[in-house]
Amino acid sequence: MRLFLQYAASGIATGCAFALVATGFVAIYRVTRVVNFAQGVFAVLAGMLAYSLLAWGVPHILAEAIAIVVAGLAGALVGLVAIGRRGTSPLASLIITLGLGIGSYAVLILIWGDQPISFDGLKGNLDVGGVGMQVQYLLVVVLTAAAFVALGLFFDHTYLGRGLTACSSNPRAARLVGIDVRRMGLLAFGLGGGLGGLAGVLLTPLQPVAFNSDVGIAISGFAAAIFGGLLRPGAALAGALVLGVAEALVAGYGQASLQSGVALVIMLGIMIWRAGRRPLSADEDAA
Amino acid sequence: MSRVLEVQQLVVRYGQATALDGVSLGVERGEMVALIGPNGAGKTTLLNTICGLLEPASGTYRIDGRVAQVPEGRQLFADMSVEDNLRLGAWTRRDRDVARVLDLFPPLVALRRRIAGTLSGGEQQMVAVGRALMADPDLLAVDELSLGLAPMVVDDLAEHLARVNRERGMAVLLVEQNARLALELCPRAYVLETGRIALSGGSTELQHSLAVRAAYLGGASDEADG
Repeated sequence: MRLFLQYAASGIATGCAFALVATGFVAIYRVTRVVNFAQGVFAVLAGMLAYSLLAWGVPHILAEAIAIVVAGLAGALVGLVAIGRRGTSPLASLIITLGLGIGSYAVLILIWGDQPISFDGLKGNLDVGGVGMQVQYLLVVVLTAAAFVALGLFFDHTYLGRGLTACSSNPRAARLVGIDVRRMGLLAFGLGGGLGGLAGVLLTPLQPVAFNSDVGIAISGFAAAIFGGLLRPGAALAGALVLGVAEALVAGYGQASLQSGVALVIMLGIMIWRAGRRPLSADEDAA
Repeated sequence: MSRVLEVQQLVVRYGQATALDGVSLGVERGEMVALIGPNGAGKTTLLNTICGLLEPASGTYRIDGRVAQVPEGRQLFADMSVEDNLRLGAWTRRDRDVARVLDLFPPLVALRRRIAGTLSGGEQQMVAVGRALMADPDLLAVDELSLGLAPMVVDDLAEHLARVNRERGMAVLLVEQNARLALELCPRAYVLETGRIALSGGSTELQHSLAVRAAYLGGASDEADG
């Protein structure tokens, strides 16, 4: 039981990081209808950049903050290439993000090499009812919760947030009232980049990142995001937590190498289930 | 008096197809003008062009001030509240207070928190008009005010439009397939046919023009004597 709780705690922590990546997917998809396959790169970039900044003596918090901002800018840059040209179809944009993601490996290897790197997060262990947990887990959970609350407030209660929501609700009407839908798309990409970056700086102390770690991070984030059909951040959060815990249990009781398969299996399951439901609901509409 | 809208020799194409073929028209400040014509004549194309959504192939249009559109089919932010819909109408403006629109459409006060997509057709059209008014336009371009709405609801909306026009001196360009309604509401009208202005003039003259009757009012010969 104690072991189980330990696995669950670490699963919840990584699940939170997946949730941040997933929300990035959702934010970008909602506003632009583009699935951004470079989403995992932002996390890797921020993790590695924070590592270097810390090595140069930049204090914690500042180093992570800079890394997150840079990841956000990288997000906006990816957005500029993916949707900057008028009339690019979402499918073409998706391929562009995929290409940029793979292309980024060269840059990452050039700067940071091809070995996994990590840095220390919050040190120490907490004793929760006889179960030892890293303080870093707690930090991840608290910051993820804070990020979700902040996002909720931003999207629901600020004029800019409502404008972003409007682009997702009805792009044509958004253009009609004078909203620059493309610029809003870039903003969403920037936000997605920042969320990926936050996930990266929180995750790197828990599990070292290498140039190609983005694939695993993106697959887990995407699997979580499609829990809510790529549209609902709340469902993505729930999906990410389930996924994180499932992965930790498989790695703990089974084999670590099977861990990444969990996300794929869950993702396939949801997609098949959704695909199976669609014709049925179409029949209902026709009747 | 300066014209709020001046369109000259406007040509708009969708690929090979010519939607507008040298259209010229004008709307005076504070005037209500109808643009009628059959389906596919290019009415919506004209509105979308002057609202900056389409690029003309040639010709010019000039708007003295701001234009806001009430689009065909309303195009609300269906999963957002009525208040959000109204406030987003003021995206390009500083003043986002919905009070002035609620004054004009009192029924919307009670519906403020409702999700726009759950309202009745008439209520939704009210929100669409209100959203456009939030931009405080000099010209309100209305695309198919009456489409899919009950006659009583249409009369009510038309009355509101006339009131905005009277009280605020806001010019209205009303695109309608319901020629009878448009000609009753607007003193002046243009008839658009396959991308060209076929007729224009005072609504009373046009109303008596047999061509209009036959083409758009349909089977109106029994009223011709009246």
